[in-house]
Amino acid sequence: MYQKNPSITKGIDWLMVWLYISLILFGLVCIFTVEYNTNDDVLQTLLGFKKEYSKQFYFFIISLVVAIFVLLTDSKFFTATANLGYAFGILLILATFVVGKEVGGSKSWIPLGFMNLQPVELCKIFTSLALAKFLSLPETNFTKTKSQLIAAAIAFAPAILSVLQSEPGAAIVYFSFIIAFYREGLPAIYITLMFSLTVLIIASIVMPPNTLLIVITTIGAIFIWILKRKIKRDKSILLIIVAAWTLSVGVQKFIVPALFQSVLKPHQVVRILTTFGMDDYQFKDSVRNVAIQNEYRKLGTKKKGKDEKVESYNVKQSKIAIGSGGFTGKGFLKGTQTRGDFVPAQNTDFIFSSVGESFGFIGCTLLMLLYFGMMLRMVFIAERQRSTFSRVYAYCVTGIMFFHVALNICMTLGIAPSPGITLPLLSYGGSSLLTFTILIFILIKLDADRQMVLR
Amino acid sequence: MPVFNQSRKNVVQLMLVAMFLIIIGRLLVLQVFTSKYKILADDQGIFRKVLYPERGIIMDRNGLPILQNTVIYDLMVTPSKIRGTDTAMLCAILDIDTSEFKKRIVAAIIKNKSYRASVFEALLSEEKMAKISENLYKFSPGYYLQERPVRKYPFEAAANVLGYLAEVDTNFLRKHLNEGYVAGDYAGMTGLERSYEKVLMGDRGIEYWKKDNKNRLTERWENGRFDTTATAGHNLYTSLDIKLQEFGEKLMENKLGSIVAIDPKTGGILAMISAPTYKPQLLTGAERRKNFSQLFRNPALPLLNRTVSASYSPGSTFKTLQALVGLHEGVITPDFQVTCSGAFYGCGSGRPMRCLDIGTFDLRNAIRLSDNTYFATVMQRVINNPKYPNVDSSLAVWDRYMYAFGLGHRLGVDVPSEKKGYIPTPAFYNKSFGEGHWNYCSFRSVSIGQGEVDVTPLQVANEMAFIANKGWYIIPHVVDSIDGGDKFGVLDKYKERHRVIDIPDSLFDVVHDGMQAVVDGGTGLGARVKDIQICGKTGTVENSIRGVAQPNHTFFCAFAPRDNPKIAIMCVIENSGRYGGTYPAPIVGLMIEKYLNDTLASIAREQQAEAMSKLNLIPSRINQELRRQDSLSHSKDSTYLLSKGYIKLIKDTIGLEDSEDDEDLRRPKMVDNRNKKGKEKDTPKQVQVQPAILPDKQKNTQPDSSKNKNR
Repeated sequence: MYQKNPSITKGIDWLMVWLYISLILFGLVCIFTVEYNTNDDVLQTLLGFKKEYSKQFYFFIISLVVAIFVLLTDSKFFTATANLGYAFGILLILATFVVGKEVGGSKSWIPLGFMNLQPVELCKIFTSLALAKFLSLPETNFTKTKSQLIAAAIAFAPAILSVLQSEPGAAIVYFSFIIAFYREGLPAIYITLMFSLTVLIIASIVMPPNTLLIVITTIGAIFIWILKRKIKRDKSILLIIVAAWTLSVGVQKFIVPALFQSVLKPHQVVRILTTFGMDDYQFKDSVRNVAIQNEYRKLGTKKKGKDEKVESYNVKQSKIAIGSGGFTGKGFLKGTQTRGDFVPAQNTDFIFSSVGESFGFIGCTLLMLLYFGMMLRMVFIAERQRSTFSRVYAYCVTGIMFFHVALNICMTLGIAPSPGITLPLLSYGGSSLLTFTILIFILIKLDADRQMVLR
Repeated sequence: MPVFNQSRKNVVQLMLVAMFLIIIGRLLVLQVFTSKYKILADDQGIFRKVLYPERGIIMDRNGLPILQNTVIYDLMVTPSKIRGTDTAMLCAILDIDTSEFKKRIVAAIIKNKSYRASVFEALLSEEKMAKISENLYKFSPGYYLQERPVRKYPFEAAANVLGYLAEVDTNFLRKHLNEGYVAGDYAGMTGLERSYEKVLMGDRGIEYWKKDNKNRLTERWENGRFDTTATAGHNLYTSLDIKLQEFGEKLMENKLGSIVAIDPKTGGILAMISAPTYKPQLLTGAERRKNFSQLFRNPALPLLNRTVSASYSPGSTFKTLQALVGLHEGVITPDFQVTCSGAFYGCGSGRPMRCLDIGTFDLRNAIRLSDNTYFATVMQRVINNPKYPNVDSSLAVWDRYMYAFGLGHRLGVDVPSEKKGYIPTPAFYNKSFGEGHWNYCSFRSVSIGQGEVDVTPLQVANEMAFIANKGWYIIPHVVDSIDGGDKFGVLDKYKERHRVIDIPDSLFDVVHDGMQAVVDGGTGLGARVKDIQICGKTGTVENSIRGVAQPNHTFFCAFAPRDNPKIAIMCVIENSGRYGGTYPAPIVGLMIEKYLNDTLASIAREQQAEAMSKLNLIPSRINQELRRQDSLSHSKDSTYLLSKGYIKLIKDTIGLEDSEDDEDLRRPKMVDNRNKKGKEKDTPKQVQVQPAILPDKQKNTQPDSSKNKNR
């Protein structure tokens, strides 16, 4: 009855829907190719709810039902309940502190019987909506510090909570809202500052401290030399440069070492260091040193040779699996690495390795085209919105998607740390799939109603 | 919201495209431009499982299997699954204590990790096997039995001919690089197992399996598309008569020496007995290592195949050949007579070569009574033949005869480690005495099979076949045919007759007459068998070790029946003492009777065989040595017996082929290798300038070195 109602399908961006369905099917095939036993009856196991591909298949059906519900919902509902939903999301996260179930070392899951729900995942939807709501308020002005602070508070509150649950991976994704902020007029200096800070932190990990000190000082001196005329006119520029130098040196000399020497947990330190292929970072505290060495052992790294990089077992196996796929891949059900369980978490975080092994460079490129096509389509959709709410929301979804895809794939390819975030729509797991389904279908619904001006 | 920010969408798009390109670039590097990951993946993800085919069976001439396969078991353990099993009971069955048990488990874990199976005890003895399989349910799933095929010898005979299998070592692997062997494989090390390794081995199959992260095999790779199946090794049909072999081994019990019997028509070896021998079972199964070291250290050298790897001066058995040379060269006629007044004085001064029967002999009687003077004269005539310009050329002519008779080079038998023997060459004497400083008298003892001549028992048996066939032989061989055809062409050379020098039949008849007289009423009377015309020749060789005289080596060689010969045979007993007619002749007689009549004619004969078997002729030095070893418990420095020559022989027997071997096996005919001989360095240089016939000096590199006094 409702399906026949033209108001449901009217204005829907079918390209998005097809991209969505293709990606999920891609994921199902990947889980299937790893898990399927040649002797099993395909239909029986698919419906059996025992194997992961079977479960994922059911999650897909549930997601489709949820998607239809989303499409049936009046888009005004989303604006109206944005703040309420956000509060609900925060409450859910807080609830995990009480009733949380421990999965994989972090107590961030709520058991629902048939599946485990991760509120931090779900909260991405509420946060996106709440941010869209806040930024579309007429009184919000991104050039004002007050608006910036409120927006930052909305974006990072769930992140801080999830760090407290020792799930820093999920927290990193909340930085993705900066893309939406940028589009809505956040001064570019913030982006520059963040980028510079990232570079500085990486540099202070990788480079010997004193070399870096010289480099920073040289850069400062060059700036003073270039700007010497302006400095003559305006002494405050010199002051800014000196302040920036002091800050950089402070970060490099004190904050980063402090993080590594005491603040970060040993396993986090090791994850970061292995990304840069390091195992020779000097720790002053001998107890901590022992703990760090244990973590290295747990990751399955081998001691570094002369020109070798340290790699965690996971990343090494993932690279072997992807690399052995070659140009065309080994073919459906023929991956020796993924089927032999060599890659840990290969249905969840490392699912890209089975794409790489089974379908090769061609398969990977196709998948990337689907993902980036979808994201570019989202940007296109965002820009055609008349309402700020819809546009901000679209950018939020794009950002989340981008962070997930980029970080996850860079992790499996060994060029980014492994924070433990999923590959949207592909990774096995109901929470992630459901979250992205709702995120995407709210976008589709808002886009369908783009003639309406929502606030 | 301000519209001026719209341009920022380009930055966002740019960022998306940049990330896309970074990922694609990285994928290109990993998947398209780097090949090491593929290798790494195959290494850890694919397992090459080698399927071992069943090894070929070896049959005797009557189709009786003499070497088969059977299965014995390894007890395997998976350390992660042993919790809750009755360790004490297992230890009791295996007769080990708990500390040994722990040691083995730890070793297994170190070797193969705890979730994979390792060998807990290899090659269980039958008794342990029975006890364990009875109680296996108590030990599973931590323990299980894994079958392993081993060789089985239904007749407990012919150990040295058949050979044994052993694990290949790195040296072997290097030599057989591309033949599919891997460490841990078994390959034939001696005997037919080694010569026919390629044939017996069969073709190995390979199954490709996928492995998982714990190295467990999960499923076939590509559904077995690249797998190859194993094909069983081919069976060998030999010319051995296993009953005769058993009988011969029984006769040779308590003796050192060998018997070789050949079918002269085909060159097929009927029996090849090297005494002492060992039970072939000793070198399969659980106790293999222990038994091997025991056999290896035994001073009687049971691992040595004396039929091909030991060589002796042939003694008087050589005289038949000298007769042929003399007749064919025309320097004597059958009626040519020589008188022996007690010794050979043809060389004037120096120690005379004595003869035992004083009188005047024609050729027939000279052979019959093995007269030294006669044959010394014959060879003197050959060497001093005015037809040839000098001793060099006449000795070269003589050498040609010897090579044609199958001496002085490897015959090319299909049993490994064959020795060449030695026939002295002009080059050798030129080197020993100086060019032009030697004449017949320098080496006259060669005429009666003493001095520098060296032959293997196989060569003597082949020489008998040659005489029996009146002028030709087929290279002796054990294997007649290969099941499924001779794919490698290894048997081709055993099909052609070797008739290098054309000697008329009439000359052979004369020699046959003499040889028949040996058995009918000469030195070889003991070989007589009722109703069988046997032609034979005795031989007795004095010898010494490091200057200490040892009891004589005794020989008897024969063929029978005289018309249409069916068996050519030789027997040598080391240090038996007495004469060739005393022990070897009756043994040969019994062997001939057994082979031609299939059984012994009378109880008396059987009793004779029994008595011969019990007769202990092992020289006392061996027993001394055994006692010495027992008391020292190690023998490395004490076995003076294992001086260079014998150690080399052991190496030849148990070691791996030396390249020379192959070279010779490939060459079908070895008519003339005199030049090669001349270059040989191992030959004894102790030959003295004085033309001594009874010298004190010995060829002391060879314990069986021998001088003089023949009968």
